[in-house]
Amino acid sequence: MSKLALRTYTLLQTVTSVGLSAMAWAVTGVRPIWSGSQPSDRQRIYFANHTSHGDFILLSACLSETERAKTHAIAAAEYWGKSRLRRFIAEDMLSSVLISRTWTSEAEHPISIMLSVLEQGHSLIIFPEGTRNSSDELLPFRSGLYNLSMARPDVELIPCWIENMSRVLPKGQFLPVPLLCRVVFGAPVAIAPGEERRAFLQRARAALLALDPRPDRDD
Amino acid sequence: MRHEISILIIGLFVVLSTASVTAGILSMRAPKPLSATLVNLTQRINAWWVMVALMTVAFFFGRYGMTILFALISFAALREFVTLTHSRRSDHWVLLGMFGIVIPFQYWLVWTAWYGLFVIFIPVYCFLLMPAITALHGDTERFLERVSAQQWAIMISVYCVSHVPALLTLNVPGFEGRNLLLIAFLIIVVQGSDVLQYIFGKLFGKHRFSPNVSPSKTWEGLIGGLVASSLLGALLSFITPFSPLQASAVAFIACAMGFLGGLVASAIKRDQGVKDWGHLIEGHGGMLDRTDSLVFAAPIFFHIVRYFWTV
Repeated sequence: MSKLALRTYTLLQTVTSVGLSAMAWAVTGVRPIWSGSQPSDRQRIYFANHTSHGDFILLSACLSETERAKTHAIAAAEYWGKSRLRRFIAEDMLSSVLISRTWTSEAEHPISIMLSVLEQGHSLIIFPEGTRNSSDELLPFRSGLYNLSMARPDVELIPCWIENMSRVLPKGQFLPVPLLCRVVFGAPVAIAPGEERRAFLQRARAALLALDPRPDRDD
Repeated sequence: MRHEISILIIGLFVVLSTASVTAGILSMRAPKPLSATLVNLTQRINAWWVMVALMTVAFFFGRYGMTILFALISFAALREFVTLTHSRRSDHWVLLGMFGIVIPFQYWLVWTAWYGLFVIFIPVYCFLLMPAITALHGDTERFLERVSAQQWAIMISVYCVSHVPALLTLNVPGFEGRNLLLIAFLIIVVQGSDVLQYIFGKLFGKHRFSPNVSPSKTWEGLIGGLVASSLLGALLSFITPFSPLQASAVAFIACAMGFLGGLVASAIKRDQGVKDWGHLIEGHGGMLDRTDSLVFAAPIFFHIVRYFWTV
């Protein structure tokens, strides 16, 4: 890429990221609740519940501009790679990283792609439920969280509960209803010595669930 | 009208400065760390500076400023109301319509002064069509609860609030071109009454008015606040078409309605298990926490002026 193209590209990403965060605030008045962790420039993996395409926009709107520039959401290539436009939106405008559920070669392996992002010193946003969830229950976690943490124990795992987004922009809708949203950032979760995969995933899921500020509500 | 506006702005500046200085002195003398009440008091006064500044700016833009400002207030209030109450996935389109159609249309009616439709668009058309849309979706789970929450949401946040800028459409003989002052009168008297009730309550409050609904409301606060704000109304009669006696009577009714508005808002919050509607205004809570009294006062004030003072 020429210097000018690169500059235009960076400008596009900055404008998109600031614009989207401003829009997220205008629609949802989103505010972060730091309950157990603090904003930091440490390398992190933010893991969150997933009900809507707006989830990672809301989450990254809660991070500082510098943090946002080096934090990438992991998205499904099956959806976001379907057309050139979608791929452009996902990769170039939102600087997210696409992974495929039906990978064939070792280079396409989701874990190696995510690890290569971590190699660059960047942070990740992942949705360990693996898909947008339209039920009321938090789905069981996929093993990615465990594998990433085994490979990179130095990276903090931060649970993030995204509130209300399932009502703002439910699966299958494209116009958001303006409702107030909060993102609750919890205390870091780490694999205990000798902890096996399933126990860890259950514990991480429970840590995320515990952040729901309104556990008794059925909507 | 310039003369009256200058007096109001200077008056508000003096009152807020006095409040800030008093809170500053109290904070300096009080033992550290400061009590929650004192911290909250300072936050509230600071937020008042911002709110008065915003109102003043909107005031100078006249009809445009007022209509846009109150449409935005409706948006913020409706967002808080809908966030708090129960809705289901199948309500998505009705909720979208409340923000995307009901608010713009109601304020367009205010703008064009189409009184006949302005007063019935929400209580007739919306109240009948919204449940119809919900029924057409075929989801009957907690139907009445969802429908009433939607109706109350637009009643309080849109219909009632829109009566404030609608004061600009009234034609009061001998008062032409000065209707902005009616808005100033209503807001100063009702919000002033909130503050006065708070002060009287904090200073003399002993007997709870309604412990089940709102622990902070006392008889002493209510009576002191209402008497003082009626006097404030009489004092402000020079900016209105009312005589001093009429002004104090109108102020009394508006502030009594405002008190009931606060009581109803407290009951809704208590029912939903929250203390505040939101966090938009530091120290006060959400938009509805600040406007709950205005919401109940505005339509009554509007109709009193319309019935007795217009042709």
